[in-house]
Amino acid sequence: MSDRLIATSPEPALLELENLSKYFDVSKSLLNRTIERLPKQILKAVDGVSFSIKPGQTFSLVGESGCGKSTVAKLVVGLHKPTGGQIRFDGTNVADAKSIAQNAALRRRWQMIFQDPYASLNPRWRVHDIIAEPMRVFGLAGSSTELSKRVSELLEQVGLSAMDGEKYPHEFSGGQRQRVSIARALSSNPEFLVCDEPTSALDVSVQAQILNLMKDLQRDIGLTYLFISHNLAVVYHVADMIGVMYLGRMCEIATPQDLFRNPRHPYTRLLIDTIPDLEMTGKAREPVAGEVPNPINPPSGCSFHPRCPLANDRCKSEIPKPIHSATGMVACHAAEEGRLPAPQTVAPA
Amino acid sequence: MALLEVENLRVEFPTRRGTLLAIDDVSFQIEEGEVLGVVGESGAGKSLTGASIIGLLEPPGRIAAGQIRLEGERIDNLPYDELRRIRGKKIGAIFQDPLTSLNPLYTIGRQLVETIRVHTDDTEAQARDRTVQLLTEVGIPAAERRLGSYPHEFSGGMRQRVVIALALCANPKLIVADEPTTALDVSIQAQIIALLKKLCRDHKTAIMLITHDMGVIAETADRVAVMYAGRIAEIGPVKQVVKHPKHPYTIGLMGAIPIVGRDIERLTQIEGSMPRLTNIPDGCSFNPRCPKVFDRCYVERPDLVPTGETTAACWLHAKEKTGV
Ligand SMILES: Nc1ncnc2c1ncn2[C@@H]1O[C@H](COP(=O)(O)OP(=O)(O)OP(=O)(O)O)[C@@H](O)[C@H]1O
Ligand SMILES: Nc1ncnc2c1ncn2[C@@H]1O[C@H](COP(=O)(O)OP(=O)(O)O)[C@@H](O)[C@H]1O
Ligand code: SF4
Ligand code: SF4
Ligand SMILES: [Mg+2]
Ligand SMILES: [Mg+2]
Repeated sequence: MSDRLIATSPEPALLELENLSKYFDVSKSLLNRTIERLPKQILKAVDGVSFSIKPGQTFSLVGESGCGKSTVAKLVVGLHKPTGGQIRFDGTNVADAKSIAQNAALRRRWQMIFQDPYASLNPRWRVHDIIAEPMRVFGLAGSSTELSKRVSELLEQVGLSAMDGEKYPHEFSGGQRQRVSIARALSSNPEFLVCDEPTSALDVSVQAQILNLMKDLQRDIGLTYLFISHNLAVVYHVADMIGVMYLGRMCEIATPQDLFRNPRHPYTRLLIDTIPDLEMTGKAREPVAGEVPNPINPPSGCSFHPRCPLANDRCKSEIPKPIHSATGMVACHAAEEGRLPAPQTVAPA
Repeated sequence: MALLEVENLRVEFPTRRGTLLAIDDVSFQIEEGEVLGVVGESGAGKSLTGASIIGLLEPPGRIAAGQIRLEGERIDNLPYDELRRIRGKKIGAIFQDPLTSLNPLYTIGRQLVETIRVHTDDTEAQARDRTVQLLTEVGIPAAERRLGSYPHEFSGGMRQRVVIALALCANPKLIVADEPTTALDVSIQAQIIALLKKLCRDHKTAIMLITHDMGVIAETADRVAVMYAGRIAEIGPVKQVVKHPKHPYTIGLMGAIPIVGRDIERLTQIEGSMPRLTNIPDGCSFNPRCPKVFDRCYVERPDLVPTGETTAACWLHAKEKTGV
């Protein structure tokens, strides 16, 4: 049951999250609270999440809106300060890296790519300067000819042309802008990319281009990805490991094959049931009723219990603990008690 | 006679720099009770086609040519009042954002009762009963008690259910649903799709289901039209188009979609992106991206021709393949 289990497995992880939490205070102002006699309100956006990513692999987080995926991403790259828990990058607890120099040395080893490639690119800068910025920030720039040469290389690496450096972001299509963000993220030679819904704003034909590019880069330069998406088919395609989140907690971690052939957590089963059947096997689906509850006052015990067909009294009061196996994790009383029915949904093929 | 007939529809936007042709010679039909899916990437012209049918094209956009007929009667050239009567009574509309269809200042009970009374002879009491019945049907629990709630008191999924009730309340013949589930979470999306399907079966309502999501179409539609750069590239029974597409664009699109259980290293890649309206190539508009392009594609524009069980606009499938 120890979270160490993953940590002590033979191949060392590049990134390890241990019991990571982020709570937001979403109370009204103190004055309003006093007048209206309201209690303090805490939103547990991420609540005790642990997982690890091996070098050169892709770990995907999936889950419905508000389950905490982006908050995990922001914690990992340091855009949020954790409420509790540890983030270890290559063995170093990131929060412990006290000196600025130590911090910068760590920080340039990862980069982030966002969903909306337009919002994340400065519209008044030429693409050349956008891509060069991380190199300048981390003092990797060298002479300006070296810089230009590197920018041209990067542009070509992501399937654009060296001449595109002279253009502004608005002169590109959505997919091309996402290529620019990838080139920018790569410019400081990171080992690790955090990608938050990098293709969700793109059309499928363009999504295919970007997913192919990301896979090529991983193969060619050994990148490690934390890849966030709400699209299960995309995640199946890109991930080596998948973590399913619900209301701030991790439900299940498994390889794509295990997760889709033998989903163990009832919420995973629900999610898999929602995948439209493009193979047109004509199988009937019974969509699960109910919606994700308000995260400010989540249900007691296992927060999935109001929607779970297997919920019992224990589920209503006791938070399920993670049960680890050689290749994954599941946090569910029914799984622990061995009263999980065989999965109904089997992935096609 | 089909329920809806769209014939040679052409939609233009006059601009300072010339006229943009957004919908170029689009024709299709929807039978009674049929679900026609319309898919395509953003900017393909799906929404404009839908808006032309419900009479909600925003100026300066205008129907420049063609006809739209509902039950044999033209609806593309009706005066505003007439059109409003038909919209709501004979054609319902559902949009991506439920809030565009709901008035934030009125309770949902009020909005439904009013709409029912405008389009039917129901008394206030009858309309109220029907409202409760409809809300229950679309899956609002304890509907009777929610009549006094305002739209903002509902979640996104619940709001979309209310909009579906609103679209159905005059028993229309056709519902135009433009990306009805795109803004919703996957589990809610599945619920709404199942609901739409069931309701239309029960009420024998036809749906024009516009979406960029081929998965939603595969689950829901009887037939599907694939749009590209303002034209229909391929149209046919959904199973044929999904499993045995004929147009090179549809073939590329199907290969580009990641599918659970399909273990491939790379997805099919269609190079480039859809052209802007200012910049649509001569001949076949897909020619810069087409892996099968040949001479004729650069000069002549292909029309839809039957090919096997679907109909595709591509010279590969024309009777006489060579020539110019
Ligand atoms: N800065 C913040 N202050 C208060 N609450 C926040 C903040 N950031 C996120 N939250 C809340 O934390 C929860 C998790 O948010 P997060 O953005 O991580 O979700 P997500 O899984 O990325 O969802 P989506 O799929 O919609 O992107 C949500 O309930 C959200 O409203
Ligand atoms: N008001 C407008 N003015 C000019 N062009 C428009 C306007 N509305 C839509 N268009 C153009 O018409 C084309 C089709 O748009 P639309 O039907 O909304 O596409 P879809 O719904 O398939 O994404 C696009 O190229 C779009 O940019
Ligand atoms: S712990 Fe209980 S409620 Fe939670 S998923 Fe498992 S069976 Fe369902
Ligand atoms: S007409 Fe030519 S360019 Fe167009 S889809 Fe067919 S083969 Fe390709
Ligand atoms: Mg997010
Ligand atoms: Mg649209």
